[in-house]
Amino acid sequence: MSELNELTLAEARDGLRARTFSARELTQAHIAAVEKARALNAFILETPERALAQAEVSDAKIAAGEGRPLEGLPLGIKDLFCTHGVTTTAASKILGGFEPHYESAVTANLWRDGAVMLGKLNLDEFAMGSSNETSAFGDVVSPWRRQVDGVVSEARIVPGGSSGGSAAAVAARLCLGATATDTGGSIRQPAAFTGTVGIKPTYGRCSRWGTVAFASSLDQAGPIARTVRDCAILLGSMAGPDARDTTCADLPVPDFEAAISRGVKGLTIGIPKEYRVEGMPAEIQRLWDQGADWLRAAGATIREISLPNTRHALPAYYIVAPAEASSNLARYDGVRYGLRVPAGDIVGLYEKTRAAGFGREVRRRIMIGTYVLSAGYYDAYYVRAQKIRTLIKRDFEAAYADGVDAILTPATPSSAFGIGEMASADPVEMYLNDVFTVTVNMAGLPGIAVPAGLDGQGLPLGLQLIGRPFDEETLFAAAQTIEDAAGRMTLPKPWWA
Amino acid sequence: MNAPVNPKKLIKGGLHDWEVVIGMEIHAQVTSRSKLFSGASTAFGAEPNDNVSLVDAAMPGMLPVINAECVAQAVRTGLGLKAQINLRSVFDRKNYFYPDLPQGYQISQYKDPIVGAGEVLVDLPDGEAITVGIERLHLEQDAGKSLHDQAPNLSFVDLNRSGVALMEIVSRPDLRSSEEAKAYVTKLRTILRYLGTCDGDMEKGSLRADVNVSVRRPGDPLGTRCEIKNVNSIRFIGQAIETEARRQIAIIEDGGSISQETRLFDPGKGETRSMRSKEEAHDYRYFPDPDLLPLEFDQAYVDGLAAGLPELPDAKKARFVADFGLSAYDAGVLVAERSSADYYEAVARGRDGKAAANWVINELFGRLNKEGLNIEASPVSAGQLGSIIDLIGAGTISGKIAKDLFEIVWSEGGDPHAVVEARGMKQVTDTGAIETAVDQIIAQNPDKVAQAKEKPTLLGWFVGQTMKATGGKANPAAVNALLKAKLGIE
Amino acid sequence: MSVDAQTVRRIAHLARIAVSEEEVGPLQGELNAILAFVEQLGAVDVEGVEPMTSVTPMAMKKREDAVTDGGRAREIVANAPETEDHYFLVPKVIE
Ligand SMILES: [Mg+2]
Ligand SMILES: [Zn+2]
Repeated sequence: MSELNELTLAEARDGLRARTFSARELTQAHIAAVEKARALNAFILETPERALAQAEVSDAKIAAGEGRPLEGLPLGIKDLFCTHGVTTTAASKILGGFEPHYESAVTANLWRDGAVMLGKLNLDEFAMGSSNETSAFGDVVSPWRRQVDGVVSEARIVPGGSSGGSAAAVAARLCLGATATDTGGSIRQPAAFTGTVGIKPTYGRCSRWGTVAFASSLDQAGPIARTVRDCAILLGSMAGPDARDTTCADLPVPDFEAAISRGVKGLTIGIPKEYRVEGMPAEIQRLWDQGADWLRAAGATIREISLPNTRHALPAYYIVAPAEASSNLARYDGVRYGLRVPAGDIVGLYEKTRAAGFGREVRRRIMIGTYVLSAGYYDAYYVRAQKIRTLIKRDFEAAYADGVDAILTPATPSSAFGIGEMASADPVEMYLNDVFTVTVNMAGLPGIAVPAGLDGQGLPLGLQLIGRPFDEETLFAAAQTIEDAAGRMTLPKPWWA
Repeated sequence: MNAPVNPKKLIKGGLHDWEVVIGMEIHAQVTSRSKLFSGASTAFGAEPNDNVSLVDAAMPGMLPVINAECVAQAVRTGLGLKAQINLRSVFDRKNYFYPDLPQGYQISQYKDPIVGAGEVLVDLPDGEAITVGIERLHLEQDAGKSLHDQAPNLSFVDLNRSGVALMEIVSRPDLRSSEEAKAYVTKLRTILRYLGTCDGDMEKGSLRADVNVSVRRPGDPLGTRCEIKNVNSIRFIGQAIETEARRQIAIIEDGGSISQETRLFDPGKGETRSMRSKEEAHDYRYFPDPDLLPLEFDQAYVDGLAAGLPELPDAKKARFVADFGLSAYDAGVLVAERSSADYYEAVARGRDGKAAANWVINELFGRLNKEGLNIEASPVSAGQLGSIIDLIGAGTISGKIAKDLFEIVWSEGGDPHAVVEARGMKQVTDTGAIETAVDQIIAQNPDKVAQAKEKPTLLGWFVGQTMKATGGKANPAAVNALLKAKLGIE
Repeated sequence: MSVDAQTVRRIAHLARIAVSEEEVGPLQGELNAILAFVEQLGAVDVEGVEPMTSVTPMAMKKREDAVTDGGRAREIVANAPETEDHYFLVPKVIE
């Protein structure tokens, strides 16, 4: 039998159902893989005892013929989801040893369906970053390596961010799938950087209850996995109505897994001309054209469309997201939980605690957010950005009203870069990583990143499909078409083990 | 706002007469079982941090979900203030750091409140009535409480109040004296209690006032105002205004000027003082709370709530005047509390309204006051008092006996009819029996009979003797008539 | 619009983040780079455009008025750095 952790989530599920192996064996294989992969720094916390205990329960359930949808499937949990009795950090020092007495809605849904938790995955601090270099627990290393003139370079590559731990762990086969969150591209960009599949569902598809907030109007949870089918299976469990989140939609969860085999025949796929940005590498353009050809060959109609406000999305995002974050992160004040740096008075306590507890990028974003909301600037920045958001959303609505079923774009403007390579860049250069993904968050739409090929350095590149609100099914169908045409991504051999 | 200045309301300074201009922000705790955005209890007096949910403690990832009843209560209150109800309103975050504010922001309504402009009719003690404009009413969260006297260098924070729903009711600067301000708060409290939307209990902090005070020479534009925060009794509101107005007048007459600031009233010292700690960095960075959608409802929802409103004090007062022939003053006294008005109405129904008002206001309220009881705890029920009044009306007992009867019912209870029967308190109207008594007294007092012819005031003495002889039960009219005839007094 | 050193200090204080003198300069540069980047939005015609308040149009869910939480003071203060008798402790706050 091949290594159990090399299976896809769907294969593992079928193997468990067929009693080919036990949940305990499957879990142990993953625990071993996690232990051997510490060089990747994908996990902040490993929870092998808990995983094995859950696997025991799963084996009993399977034996009793009571297997649930995710019975016995080992997953990694981004450490932004609060987990009852398990330290939750948001990759920040400021949460100290915070141990929630509650379970996030999304993870509770996974445990309800029988999944197994291997541990808490690393991320950019408070999900702010695109390379997983802002974590208080150190950089996450991608399992991918560059090939320079046919020779594998040992230079460490970023997995993308903020869900870098999730993407790296999935690509390295440390877990069958992982939870992730996406505020401006934090699922899709790391998925594209690591040759994995990641979907950010429509805003409101997954409950935000119990997930540490970054920017409330943009944050959405979603899965990262190795295949489109695996993502569909995971999202089916993660999603669903929740009375505790006012912004969570009261809609039934469709059978996403069934949707992957729908094909794209008769669909109209839009190609937005504004995404053809200046200086875009030829390889990206080539891949994008290739993706359109694959969809056309499968029966879709390809049509050029215009989303004229696209170029405003990133600057508007860098007003809205920090503004909301500056307010959402005000609760980390050293009084009720987390880090406290003592001081003689309350203002000193706040200022010292927050200076010591937040990393540089988080402090910077809080400062920008505070500034754009402050008296005299609110209308010029925040209100204007929210108006531009309305314009961005209208662009998409017009395209969809015109008969477009989904939109195809590159997922990122480049492949992954090396750890530390962007250290001297100004923050805006780093932000450009999200140029293709933020529009989707700004408009609240679903978006999926699916691997489509390798660049000249042997690093993966991904395509993004953007859908109508609450039409993730079409995205799964189109992404499956691309996956079928491109062939499953061959992931790197475990050099780290 | 530009009503003619009433000279009686001016304050005499050292140099000039001054007009004081007052506006108020009342924070009224919404009557609800659970908090505005969480399922924790609003009950008073719980153990520290026991009425606290994960949301109230601002645990990471917690989200607010609005309490439908708090929305309904705000709309009811808006209707009671004859105000504009906004079918769409927005919750904003007011950002600032304070230990009793766990989220680092208060969820409030800033630009788009749930209730817009309205008004309150206020009766003043001298019979004058003024209309006070309401600018807006919005919903917001209360903060927690810090205790400062538990340890020398520490404050103790309890979040039980954190997240309790408040209605902030903002008046226009339409008030011109401490009397008007006190009457306004009293009236507002009456309306809230009628509506059942706030219990108005100032001792428990259910109703707190921020008072904006400025002074000006009559006819001048508005002066610079100071805000006196968190005044928690109606008496203190009056004192704080007087004190603050005099402070401002003294400064201006001294050639100084008023700086706009937040002040605190110290009832012990009888002074207001600057709250510099709260002054610093007032930049609340308001923005719409992205965790909450806009609050929207339709007119049918408002109409449904309007249909369920009770009769409010102004309407009730007008009805009491029209239907029961009461004076405006008596009607005003009776409607001040819904329970008193209900009690009165139960007594007055089918009876003489004025007599009922006399009994309720003079006898019952007097006695309740003396004992420190409220009307709900009255030992004499409306039914019992009604029976007493019936007994007088039917001539069964005299007014004087009725007071004795009231006393008996107050302390011993019982059906007044049965008490009168059992204790032989019935008035004697049988002239034969009265005549026997009168004849006897005349026979025993020939000297007085002789004097009475010259001095008719002696009639009173004969009446007294007759009443005494009959145990107070003789019909006074019959006694009078008989004595006059027999003594030959015209 | 660009921020000066004094504004950096003011914003840091509003955000309750201690900033050392050495940090002010670099922060000022970073903030100005971001502000310069977002400056382009000033040219967008937003006349008559409503600012977005909810990205997915739906009615706000409401709760019934029932007590469903509380009675867990021990859990509420369980993670507190300093606590006594189920109170949170902070340096004395002077009103
Ligand atoms: Mg307020
Ligand atoms: Zn617990």
